[in-house]
Amino acid sequence: MPDATILAAALVNGATQGAIYALIALGLTLIYGVLHIINFAHGAALMAALYAVLLLFTGLGVDPYVALPIVTAGMFALGYALQRMVIGPASHGRDENILLVTLGVAILLENLALVAFKSDTRTIDTPYAFATVDVGGVLIAVPKLAALGGALAMTAALFWLIERTDLGRAIRAVAKERQGARLCGIDVEHVFALCYGIGLACVGAAACFLLPSYYVNPTVGGGFVLIAFTVVVLGGMGSFVGALVGGFVVGLAESLGGLAGITLGWGENMGQLGIFLVFIAVLLFRPQGLFGARG
Amino acid sequence: MVRRPRSSRRSFLKQSAALAAAGSPLGFPGLALAQPAPVKIAVIHPVTGPLAYSGQLCRLGARIAIDEINAAGGIKALGGAKLEPIYADAPSPQAGTAEVEKANEAGAAAVVGAYASAICLATTQAAAKHSLPHLVDVGVADQIVERGLTNVFRFGPGYRKTTSDAVKYLHTLNTLAGNRAKSVLIVHEESLFGTGTANLLSQELPKLGFEVKEVIKHANPTRDFANIVLRIKTVNPDIVIPANYYNEYALLVRTMRQQGVKPMAIFSVLGGAASSFKFVAEFPDIANGIIDVNHWYNPSSKAAAALRRKVEGMKDQYFTYEVFLNYESVYLLADALERAKSARRDAIIAALASSTWNGHFMPYGPTQFVNGQNAGAEPLTMQVRDKDIKVVLPSHLAQAAPVFPWKG
Repeated sequence: MPDATILAAALVNGATQGAIYALIALGLTLIYGVLHIINFAHGAALMAALYAVLLLFTGLGVDPYVALPIVTAGMFALGYALQRMVIGPASHGRDENILLVTLGVAILLENLALVAFKSDTRTIDTPYAFATVDVGGVLIAVPKLAALGGALAMTAALFWLIERTDLGRAIRAVAKERQGARLCGIDVEHVFALCYGIGLACVGAAACFLLPSYYVNPTVGGGFVLIAFTVVVLGGMGSFVGALVGGFVVGLAESLGGLAGITLGWGENMGQLGIFLVFIAVLLFRPQGLFGARG
Repeated sequence: MVRRPRSSRRSFLKQSAALAAAGSPLGFPGLALAQPAPVKIAVIHPVTGPLAYSGQLCRLGARIAIDEINAAGGIKALGGAKLEPIYADAPSPQAGTAEVEKANEAGAAAVVGAYASAICLATTQAAAKHSLPHLVDVGVADQIVERGLTNVFRFGPGYRKTTSDAVKYLHTLNTLAGNRAKSVLIVHEESLFGTGTANLLSQELPKLGFEVKEVIKHANPTRDFANIVLRIKTVNPDIVIPANYYNEYALLVRTMRQQGVKPMAIFSVLGGAASSFKFVAEFPDIANGIIDVNHWYNPSSKAAAALRRKVEGMKDQYFTYEVFLNYESVYLLADALERAKSARRDAIIAALASSTWNGHFMPYGPTQFVNGQNAGAEPLTMQVRDKDIKVVLPSHLAQAAPVFPWKG
């Protein structure tokens, strides 16, 4: 049994890692909730956002946290344009077409990155990359704390947007009854594009919080998006609170599973097992997810 | 009436061909200067997917060698035949098998590749079906050359040789330091390379008095190393031995720095980032002092220095073992073609099997293949010192004295 400090450190680590997962999953769940599609381009979008953060840092010296509004706005614009000009027109209203189009966008983005940046793994070296905060003997990395704060703030902002604004009401109306919303004068295509844009903006924010302690290469999104899909299903498809809680649950399961694996001599990769054990348990006992609506 | 002699097209062609055969410049230029058929070489690496960075460096090394050989007049024994690369992408063993089949169909004379051990196992097996000579560029798993496949040749050392030398060098370093280090902790990636290396280290280190406190396996990719580093902190070994690929290696040592974990030494065996000028350039402070037992060139070789300048003169390129092992593998193949005087597969295999090539810049001596393994191949021990990588052992090749334990 690991001592209390190690256990506390693993819990904190799981929570901070879960915050990143939650940020990525927030966008995915919004896109699913409104457009009812699984966005296969989500991982590629994360990769594109990470490269944007990298370029801003290396080219213009913009710190990743300072780049937050630029990257989120840029990713929002990219998402809006993609939905309005590519995904919407190419899908002809059929869900299976949307899946294929987003898959195509993912392949295109990854290969464009491969051409532009090669397969090279790139990192940035910020002054605070190795800074830590000592909380009762547990050293918490500053970039991870920032990610935790960012995830909470983004979830709160999205929650406010959806629950308290006219745009949010329009989004909810479109999500619930597309034709009815249209009859009420809501521009459904505009709302779709806004949702896709906001979904990618979340990914942009995640990239700003991720890069100071991680790396980017053309395939980096794959590892995160699989986890994000798990988070979305675990939390309940289309639920923001579910995405946030699901992110933390997955982060903690991974961290504690990894710690257990190391302690038992089975290897750190037991963390992956932890994620899927929790996932299977939730699907068995609450198939709609932690915060999902039944039916 | 005087009849003019008739000149038929057939007689004209006959005369022209005779002139061409005699080497006359008046014959058909196409006949006189006909190029011999190119020798097709399959260059198979994982240039997309998780190993793409290394795969592309591998391809770069092979490409430089092929371009140099062709620019210097091709294979002389084959009338100046050019090497024609068939570049192929094999991000997985399955893809590697498929690419070998395609290369066979395309008439490849040999295969060079395929970087990762698991992919090499598949490509060598597929090549064996067609008696296609296969030069293994990196693939350190010893199973690759231990299955009795007569078409397989590995120029560099495998992980058994590398690990056994690493243990020997670590013992030397520790003896020089007054046996201060007593315990080690091994962190390795989960595939054939990492697991095999870790198993060998776990067997060999206790024989020299080191206690292997823990062996920690991790997945590829691992997104976060905090748990592993916390464990290292708890176990508090004197030496941490990582055996993993670039991304995970870099994340591991960055997290160690973040958590303030400073063992006596980070001593890697085939460490993904330790002997990488890219890592040293990007994280000079973290890399400083790291020791690595890995593939490396003879530091006194002028040819190696020239190739390093050439590679570093290219945009965003680094002189890594992937580059120079592939470069040398292609030259080894070219030497075999010269001696075989044929592009026939059996002749190339026979030439490789009897190869005593010494035109390389690796510290191996003349090649001598025993069951497909170059018997003289050996790793060197390097240490990152002030933004450069210096050979520290063996002493006859050393550029600097090793610093152990590290002062940092």
